[in-house]
Amino acid sequence: MDLINFEATELRLGLPGSTDDQPEIKSTTSHKTNKRSSSEMVSSVSDEHDSSRSPPPTKAQVVGWPPVRSYRKNILQGKKNDQAETGSGIYIKVSMDGAPYLRKVDLKVYQSYGELMKGLQDMFKCIIGLYSEMEGYKSEYAPTYEDKDGDWMLVGDVPWDMFLTSCRRLRIMKSSEVIES
Amino acid sequence: MLQVFEARLFELVTGEIGSELVAGRIVMAISFREEVLEHSWYAIEWWCQRRIFIGNCYVVSLAMKIRRFPEVRSVELKWKPHFADFNLVPDGWGGYFYPWICEMARVYPLLEEIKLKRMVVTDECLELISKSFKNFKVLVLSSCEGFSTDGLAAIAANCRHCCMLFASWNLRELDLRESEVEDLSGHWLSHFPDSCTSLQSLNMSCLASEVNFSALQRLIARSPNLKTLRLNRAVPLEKLSTLLHRAPQLVELGTGAYSAEIRPNVYSNLAEAFSRCKELMGLSGFWDVVPSYLPAIYSVCSRLTSLNLSYATIQSPDVTKIVTQCPNLQSLSVLDYIEDAGLHALSLSCKDLRELRVFPSDPFVADANVSLTEQGLVAVSEGCLKLQSVLYFCRQMSNAALTTIAKNRPNLNCFRLCILEPRAPDYLTLEPLDNGFGAIVDHCKQLQRLSLSGLLTDLVFEYIGNRAKKLEMLSIAFAGDSDMGLHHVLSGCDSLRKLEIRDCPFGDKALLDNVSKLETMRSLWMSSCSVSLGACKRLSQKMPRLNVEVIDEQGDLDSRSDNSPVEKLYVYRTVAGPRLDMPSFIRNMDQNPTCRRYSLEKLFSE
Repeated sequence: MDLINFEATELRLGLPGSTDDQPEIKSTTSHKTNKRSSSEMVSSVSDEHDSSRSPPPTKAQVVGWPPVRSYRKNILQGKKNDQAETGSGIYIKVSMDGAPYLRKVDLKVYQSYGELMKGLQDMFKCIIGLYSEMEGYKSEYAPTYEDKDGDWMLVGDVPWDMFLTSCRRLRIMKSSEVIES
Repeated sequence: MLQVFEARLFELVTGEIGSELVAGRIVMAISFREEVLEHSWYAIEWWCQRRIFIGNCYVVSLAMKIRRFPEVRSVELKWKPHFADFNLVPDGWGGYFYPWICEMARVYPLLEEIKLKRMVVTDECLELISKSFKNFKVLVLSSCEGFSTDGLAAIAANCRHCCMLFASWNLRELDLRESEVEDLSGHWLSHFPDSCTSLQSLNMSCLASEVNFSALQRLIARSPNLKTLRLNRAVPLEKLSTLLHRAPQLVELGTGAYSAEIRPNVYSNLAEAFSRCKELMGLSGFWDVVPSYLPAIYSVCSRLTSLNLSYATIQSPDVTKIVTQCPNLQSLSVLDYIEDAGLHALSLSCKDLRELRVFPSDPFVADANVSLTEQGLVAVSEGCLKLQSVLYFCRQMSNAALTTIAKNRPNLNCFRLCILEPRAPDYLTLEPLDNGFGAIVDHCKQLQRLSLSGLLTDLVFEYIGNRAKKLEMLSIAFAGDSDMGLHHVLSGCDSLRKLEIRDCPFGDKALLDNVSKLETMRSLWMSSCSVSLGACKRLSQKMPRLNVEVIDEQGDLDSRSDNSPVEKLYVYRTVAGPRLDMPSFIRNMDQNPTCRRYSLEKLFSE
């Protein structure tokens, strides 16, 4: 049986009838401009520009779909509830001492500790410094993170890639507290 | 005076009166008709001073001072849009409880209950609550976030403070349902002092950390009125019997992890402990189930009215064995592991079933990992004559099945179907599912809540607009062909209060042709649709009593052309003007915020 109305069933962005098949990847800090509104789809197939593909696309991950609460997904996968992977992003929570609310950052957006610090500084409007053995703390705040063993560590000791896989959540502490502990 | 209002809850319209805000019992006045308010406001004010429910907090401005209303006993606030549950609302959107609690602490000294949903609640808030209200009894935080177990410790510890000043501490209920808590440690529970004996309900199921078991045990032992206890996963099964022995009066129990090494004495202790719970009517929890331990609950099954196995990764035969022993079951939540066979058995055994929720075990896998299809739901609709409420995740559906379900169960009031693949057609005919959902709204005349999925054209919205006259909440995703779809809904659904839409080709015309409808609704959410920035501005201009908020995280809203589409749109009615806590990625489209204060001054002058 022919799939007569195939186009209606394929997963894609944009209005029916349009031919723009450009999927977009959601990120917390946007480096793109002039983008059409998207359904924040991350496609696992590389056929963005092929509008005549015959088999149905492989399952792509769409933000918020299916509408299952994150704590349900995590229960089944046995993960802790702090780290939500949305498509290609690694979203973790960031708390800052004294700030009334938490934020979330996508670690995948950054290539290095320096970029991450800059991103956090912009977010919290503060100066954060990495600790150095020689100079101690250069600023009022120090970044720490909880690793997958549940231990709280100073940011910056391990290679960036290793940090990406082990960081569960971030906490920006007052430098004075870090020294004391 | 009160005949003016219907007997059900409405929503408060409050206004700024000079520098004062009056908060009555929120409710009433979906309509902004001035004559309603003018004649009856004083009546409401007199009558409704005890309970406050605000269905959308931004109806009321955070900048307003709350007039002293010493009688208020109970406050219930809901905040973020429902789609926040699915990560569609960016962090930092808003919904901070802190300014509210500061005001309430000042002016509601007799406050006893606070119930919050989808709000950002910090430890500071919890500390304030714990210190401000001498009669405080009930705290429910539903899908909230922003606090840690330190804040909970403050709530628990408050007992100590209060007990020194007053006769008895009376925390009755602490319910953290599905909140996201920063779990620093389990020590918070140990802060309940020995003098706290009033606990009736404790729900800590969303917490991960282990609490001190002997503190838990003692707390339970000295709470003779404890009716609801929902443990967290960290409470081991071996210790459950110890707790149950101290609380045989429990009505609702949420277990911890339901797994242990197979040891006969553990099993027999557990079975015996359950058998002593003669009042038990609801069971939940069941993480990490080891099937061999399931028969321990058989002695309570015949009494159960509510069963939540939605975390239990047990296979169909085990699930079936349990549910078929629960003839009085009214509410069941399960994973799709139950399969069609289990649902068929359910339909034969549980004739009192009112609510069924079936969740997907593996939602991101395209192919079915279980044998659960539309047939399971059809079977339940045939056998369970009292079925009213359905939430069903599946991978295939047909118009024929939907029509059968509709004809079987015209008494449905809530029908939420999620076919996992967006835009999936009728799997038998490959047609859209318009007729199937059309049959649902046609037969189920009392339908109040509907969630659509699958392949749908504008036709289904025509059916909904024409037939779903009692519908209050509608959720739409990946559906429709054109603006007409949205137009049908907005122009036809007389009772509509909440509309949430994602990824549909609905745009400017339907919105702008139906602006006055939006003022009769609580809220509208549209994301990844075809609404332009210019239309949002025009909407805001036409409707000064609506907050039209554009959410766009790409950071260049101010420089965009009016033709550009918006990412997300949230529209809700208000008399308070734009809210003051919007982050940089949200814009209110109101060009003239100052000149639209609703003139209630004359009504409230004293």
